[in-house]
Amino acid sequence: MDYEICIGLETHVQVKTRTKVFCACPTEFGAEPNTNVCPVCLGYPGSLPVINEVAIRKTVLAGMLVGAKIAHHSKFDRKNYFYPDMPKNYQISQYDLPLVIGGTVEYDFGVVDKKRLGETKVCRLTRIHLEEDVGKNFHFERTSGVDFNRAGTPLMEIVSEPDLSSSDEAFAYLTALKEILIYGGISDCDMEKGQVRCDVNISVRPRGQKELGQKVEIKNMNTFSGVRHAVDYEAQRQIETLNRGGRLVQETRRWDDMAGVTESMRTKEHAHDYRYFPEPDLLPVSLNEAWLAEVRKLVPELPSAKRKRMVGRYGIPPYDAGVLAADAALADYFEAAAQASKNPKSVVNWVTNDLLRDLAEAKLAIGQSPVKPPHIAELVELVDSGKISSKIAKDVFVEMFKTGRAPAAIVAEKGLVQVSDTGAIGKFCDEVIAANPKIVADFKAGKEAALNALTGQVMKLSKGKANPQAVRDALRGKLSG
Amino acid sequence: MGLNDLTIHELAGRLAKKEIAAADLARDVVARTEAMEPKLHAFLEWNGGELLTAARDMDERRARGEVLGPLAGIPVGIKDVLNVQGHSCRCGSKILQGYVAPYDATVVAKLRAAGVIPFGRLNMDEFAMGSSTENSAFGVTHNPWDLERIPGGSSGGSAAAVAAAEVPAALGSDTGGSIRQPASLCGVVGMKPTYGRVSRFGLVAFASSLDQIGPFAKDVTDAALVLGAISGRDPNDSTSVPEPVPDYTKALTGDVKGLKLGLPKEYFIPGMDKEVDAAVRAAVDKLVSLGAEIIEISLPHSDYGLAVYYIIATAEASANLARFDGVRYGSRAKDAKDPLDMYGRTRGAGFGPEVTRRIILGTYVLSSGYYDAYYLRAQKVRTLIRRDFMEAFQKCDAILTPTTPSAAFKIGEKAEDPLTMYLSDIFTVNVNLAGICGVSVPCGFTKQPKLPIGLQVLGKPFGEATILKVAHAYEQATEWHKEKPKI
Repeated sequence: MDYEICIGLETHVQVKTRTKVFCACPTEFGAEPNTNVCPVCLGYPGSLPVINEVAIRKTVLAGMLVGAKIAHHSKFDRKNYFYPDMPKNYQISQYDLPLVIGGTVEYDFGVVDKKRLGETKVCRLTRIHLEEDVGKNFHFERTSGVDFNRAGTPLMEIVSEPDLSSSDEAFAYLTALKEILIYGGISDCDMEKGQVRCDVNISVRPRGQKELGQKVEIKNMNTFSGVRHAVDYEAQRQIETLNRGGRLVQETRRWDDMAGVTESMRTKEHAHDYRYFPEPDLLPVSLNEAWLAEVRKLVPELPSAKRKRMVGRYGIPPYDAGVLAADAALADYFEAAAQASKNPKSVVNWVTNDLLRDLAEAKLAIGQSPVKPPHIAELVELVDSGKISSKIAKDVFVEMFKTGRAPAAIVAEKGLVQVSDTGAIGKFCDEVIAANPKIVADFKAGKEAALNALTGQVMKLSKGKANPQAVRDALRGKLSG
Repeated sequence: MGLNDLTIHELAGRLAKKEIAAADLARDVVARTEAMEPKLHAFLEWNGGELLTAARDMDERRARGEVLGPLAGIPVGIKDVLNVQGHSCRCGSKILQGYVAPYDATVVAKLRAAGVIPFGRLNMDEFAMGSSTENSAFGVTHNPWDLERIPGGSSGGSAAAVAAAEVPAALGSDTGGSIRQPASLCGVVGMKPTYGRVSRFGLVAFASSLDQIGPFAKDVTDAALVLGAISGRDPNDSTSVPEPVPDYTKALTGDVKGLKLGLPKEYFIPGMDKEVDAAVRAAVDKLVSLGAEIIEISLPHSDYGLAVYYIIATAEASANLARFDGVRYGSRAKDAKDPLDMYGRTRGAGFGPEVTRRIILGTYVLSSGYYDAYYLRAQKVRTLIRRDFMEAFQKCDAILTPTTPSAAFKIGEKAEDPLTMYLSDIFTVNVNLAGICGVSVPCGFTKQPKLPIGLQVLGKPFGEATILKVAHAYEQATEWHKEKPKI
C-alpha cells in the first residue's frame, strides 16, 4: 500500500537574552557548573520568578516574523513533573494561552537539493510559547550531579502542524525556521550549544485517508540530520509494521543516534499527567498596541523575500542572491556596494568569491571586513572603465584586504594603471619579437596559439599593466606586416 | 516589669531620648524568652548573643547621631517560614533540616532597613498547614493564657511570643487565617494585609495566591508601625502592587464617627460559642457608641469558602512543595536506588501527615479528568466570594465579624479530626480567597477558663488604614489589650 507520512515538529529554541527568563543570572554558556545560579533558578524555598521582558519581546517578534497572531492576553502555567534537573519540580510554561498563535514557515527545497532551489512549500504553525529550560544531569561512577547553569534559560517552543511529509521537508523546514530566528536576532540557534532541540511527532496513513494515523513522538533530538535520520527510520518502521498487519500504539520513543534506531520510552497509558494550572506567582501578560507597535518596528525583511527582491533589483543569479540573503549582514554589505556601482553582477562576484574566501581564511565576520562596500564598487569601476585589467584587480584586492585602503589609491601609488598607449606597447612588442624568433616563426607558420605566448611575454615585460587586447592587436599588426 | 513588656511606640520614644538603650531592651527580651520558653516553646531557635550584638550596634549608631526611625533597635520575632540570611528556615518541617537561608526575605530586608533586629525562628504548623501548631515537626507551642491549650496556627509561635511579651512584635504569614486566628486565641493584634500589599519574596510558599505576610503586635499602633515598614511594591515579587504606602499611624485618630460598619449575617451562626458571640456583639455596640453606623449585610457565598479554600490552597501547595525532593537542600534519604526512590523516601520521611494529606488532595484536584470539576469550579466560586465582598464594600467602609467561632481548644482535642480543625478557619478563609485585608483585635475573654476572644475587622483592597482606624478606636475605648497572661 502507498502511505503518506505526516510530521509535526515541536522545536525548542533558546531565546537570545542576556539574563535568564525569571531571574537576573547570565545565560552565558560554558561557565563552571552551578556558578550562574541564584535562589530563583535553583528553586530555593521562598524565591519567586519575575518575567524577563526581552524574552517576551523576542517571542512576540518571532510570531510577527512568521505572520502569526499575537495574543493580547496570555499567561504562564505550571507543568508538574519530578526530575532531578528540574529545580522546582514544575516547569513554568504556557498551556492554553500561548503568546503566539498560528503563523507559517515557507521552506525551500534548495537546501536538500541545489537543483530544486526556488521550489518552496509552506508549513503551518500551531503556536509559539515561552518557557524555562531545565538543568543538566551528569552521571559519574557512583554518583550523579546536576548543573543548574542552564536552568531558567528562556526557551521558545515552536509547534508546527503535521504538514511535513518527508525527512527532506522536515530538514528544509528546520533550516528555514533557523534562518528566520537568526535573522530576527531572536536566537543564535547554535546547535553545538544545544540551542535548538526537537521533538518529532510522526504518523503514517494510507494515501488519500483523511484522518491522521497513530501518532508517535520522538523526543529530544539536537541535530537536524538526527531529525532526518530518525524520521526516515521511524516512518519506515511504521509502514513495515502496518504492512505486516501489525498495529501501532500511541507512544513516546527515543532516537538512538549511535544505533540509528528509535526505541520505546513509554506508551499512552504511562503518559505523564502534567497537572497544568495557572502560575500564581506571575501576573497574566497583557500586550497593548503601543508596545506591539514598538516590537513591529524590529521586524526585518525575511531571507526569502530578500532573495527575490535582490534578484529583481540587481539582476544577480538566484543562487548568489540566496547566499547573500542567508546572512543579513552580508546582504546589507552587498547592497551597500551594489547601490554605489553600475555593475551589481560584478559586485556580487567580488563579494561571494574573493571577499568571502579571504574573510573565511582570516576568520573574520562580514562586519569586520577590512574592505568596505564603496571600495568594492570602486574596484569594479576601475576594471569596467579599462583603467586596470581584471588580473591587476585581483592583486589590488589582495592589497585592499591587507591594508583597508581604497583601490584607486593603491593603483595610483603602485602605478598600476593599465597601459593602452600604442607607442609604449609597440616598444614592448618589438623587444619581445626580437627576443623570441622561434615563437615568431611558429606564428608565421600558422600556429595561432603562439600569439598567446608572445602576449604573455609582453604582459610580463609591462608588469601586467598593458591592456592585453591592445597587445594582441599590436603583435598581430607587426607580425603580419 | 521589663522593657519587653512595653509596646514599640512606648519603647521608641524612650530609645530616641536615650533614656534606655536597645541593648537594655535586648537583655530583657532574652531574659524573658529564657524564662518563658521551657513552658511555651514559641521559638524553634533563638540566639541571645546575636541579638545583643546587633542591639549594641544600633546603640552605637544612635550615639553617633544617626537619626533612626521608631523601629530602630526593636527585636521582631520571625516565623520559621521566612528566610533570614544565614539562619535555618525549616518551616516546622523535618524535610528542611540543615537548610540555611542564603538570602533575606524582602520583609526581613525592609525591617533591617528600618533598624529592626530579626530575632529567632518562631514555631508553626509544618509549612503553615494547620490551626494549632500541633503539626510542627518540632513540638507544639503552648497558649500563654492556658498552657494546656493550643495558641492557634499556623503562626502559633508568633502569637504566643508576643502574648507572653517575649518580643514586642513578630511576623507571621496568613493563608487562610494563620495570623488572625492565633492572634485572636492569644489575645494580641494580628493583621493580614491585602494580597499584593506586602512582598512574598522569601516567604516559603504554601498557597501562592493566598499567602500574605503580616505583623503580630501588642496593640494596633504597633501593628500599624510594622505594617508600614514591610509594605510596598517589590521588583522581586510580580504580585506585589505599586500602591503607595501611607503612614498607617496617621489613620489612628480614634474617630470612627459616621463610618459604616457591615455585619454579615452569615458570620453569626447557630452553634457558635455563646461567649464569643456575646463578646463580638458587645464590641459592635461599643463601636456604635463611638459614633459608627452599623448596617446588616450579606455575603451569600460564604458557606463555600472552606471547600474552595481546601481545593485551591492544596492544589497550589502540591506544586509549591514539589521542590522538597532531597536534590539541592534539606534532608535526603540515604542509599536511594534511583531518583524516584529518593523522592519517595525523602518526602515520605520528611513530611508530616497533614502536609502529606494536603499534597495528595492538591495533586488529586489538579489531575486530568478532575481539574474542571474541582480546581476550575473552585476558581469560579472564588470569584463569587470576592464579588460578595466588593458588593458589600459598596455599602460599608469595613466589616465586623468574630475572628474564630470559639476560643482556644485543648492540645490534642482536635488533632485526630482534620475536618473539625479546618472549621476553626471558617471566618478567616474567605478574606484570603477575596484578597482583601483583615485585622484581629482583642475583644474580651471567656470566663472559665479565661481565654481571649478576637474581633475581626475586614477592609476593602488596600483599605488597611480604615480597618486599623476602627480596630484602634475600639482598642482605645476598651481595656482588653492591657490584660496580660499570668504564666
